[in-house]
Amino acid sequence: MTQDVTIKITDREGITHEVQAPTDMNMNVMELVCAYELAPEGTIGLCGGMAMCASCQCYVLNQVDLPERNEDEEAMLSEAFNVKDNSRLGCQIYITNALEGLEIALAPES
Amino acid sequence: MIKTDILIIGAGPTGLFAVFEAGLLKLKCHILDSLPQPGGQLSELYPKKPIYDIPGFPEVLAGDLVNNLMEQIKQFEPGFTLGERAETIEKQEDGSFIVTSNKGKKFQASVVAIAGGLGSFEPRKPLIEDIEFYENKGVKYFIKNPEKFRNKRVVIAGGGDSALDWSVFLSNVASEVTLIHRRNEFRGALDSVEKVQELKNAGKIKMITPGEVVGLNGAEHLESIDVDINGAHRNIPTDYFIPLFGLTPKLGPIANWGLEIERNAIKVNNALDYQTNIPGIFAIGDVNTYPGKLKLILCGFHEATLMCQAAYQIINPGKKYLMKYTTVSGIDGFDGTRKEAPKAVVKAID
Ligand SMILES: Cc1cc2nc3c(=O)[nH]c(=O)nc-3n(C[C@H](O)[C@H](O)[C@H](O)COP(=O)(O)OP(=O)(O)OC[C@H]3O[C@@H](n4cnc5c(N)ncnc54)[C@H](O)[C@@H]3O)c2cc1C
Ligand code: FES
Repeated sequence: MTQDVTIKITDREGITHEVQAPTDMNMNVMELVCAYELAPEGTIGLCGGMAMCASCQCYVLNQVDLPERNEDEEAMLSEAFNVKDNSRLGCQIYITNALEGLEIALAPES
Repeated sequence: MIKTDILIIGAGPTGLFAVFEAGLLKLKCHILDSLPQPGGQLSELYPKKPIYDIPGFPEVLAGDLVNNLMEQIKQFEPGFTLGERAETIEKQEDGSFIVTSNKGKKFQASVVAIAGGLGSFEPRKPLIEDIEFYENKGVKYFIKNPEKFRNKRVVIAGGGDSALDWSVFLSNVASEVTLIHRRNEFRGALDSVEKVQELKNAGKIKMITPGEVVGLNGAEHLESIDVDINGAHRNIPTDYFIPLFGLTPKLGPIANWGLEIERNAIKVNNALDYQTNIPGIFAIGDVNTYPGKLKLILCGFHEATLMCQAAYQIINPGKKYLMKYTTVSGIDGFDGTRKEAPKAVVKAID
């Protein structure tokens, strides 16, 4: 049986939630936020996870080995607002065992 | 004033298919959408991407599905008002509704079907101080009439297709075009990128990359912008600033129509007909919510079908009708065309 990983997500109101994320459902971090309803519908995942809207932007708060930003993610972040050095697109980070202990905060809606 | 049986707000797949189902019941539809083209999310967000879960289509490009829907509803002659957003709604004494668009156009209908999806697509506005003050005073998020920019200085910001394409187009119209983007790489069709490169080499487009517009100046009208280039600020005189950072859907004015809203969507009665808390106003497709709701195209089609049955009862109170199979009864278009299954041959064998 595959194991869940634990991820801490701080929502846009500043409340931190510790959630269990399945590693075997081909889910990404944006979908995880939606599944736990940590951001109102219509404010996240607007492009369905194609790196085309930046509504899933989050800030990575701790040192966890994440996959590098891909071309699409770089391009979208270069057009997004409120971008910081630790910005990532949640929809481009797939949930794997490597994400155990990850802490992120959702970027403001724009 | 445009009068119709059902006013459909939103030309996404749900709104388009509603025209077909209404047509079978001899109800006329008019569709209003804030985008310049029909198709909703399919046209705006992923026209060239395949969809795999439309029943009967193992694979279909989103753009092709929209074209097919347009073909399917053609004989019911829907009216289209594109590029205008539904702004207000008023109930009339006779029970009908008058919807007014942001351009002041009025539509009267007995039934209003909101098929607004995630909302009306609005430009993403960069976070620059006072940008709202300069809207219509030099800041533009859309280019409707390029002639406006003839012999003017224009600054475009963005890194996608629309920023590239408009830079190319305006380089023949404006006196000066400057394209600003936060990095050197652009995400767009290869030939657009190459064209901009050519025009840059020929001195017809100025490029500032990496650069970010951080300030706007001018007393009455925009006169110049401040650009952050690797931490240093540069002032660039210009007549127009056009930020092209894509569109994002916002529920917008519909949220103030007195409809029950839950989780950014309109609550409907899913046990019956997808009517909202206001009788005569329905919400179908991505824009509605009910227990178990799924935002899928095929669910929108189903909702549109049931909505039309209820609309028929409102528009033709007491008039009997029985649902028919299109295979059996054929389709009579409002344009005089008729489609029907070929009749079986009856012939004696000697
Ligand atoms: C990348 C991506 C991939 C997807 N893939 C699939 C898939 O494989 N299968 C599937 O079933 N679904 C898929 N979907 C979801 C699907 O696109 C939606 O379920 C579908 O578009 C909903 O259709 P709709 O007609 O209800 O709304 P929309 O397509 O959102 O259309 C709504 C329209 O209403 C207009 N509008 C809203 N408010 C107003 C107003 N006030 N005035 C005027 N116009 C207004 C908008 O401009 C818009 O054009 C995908 C979505 C995305 C983003
Ligand atoms: S969901 Fe749109 S960029 Fe991630």
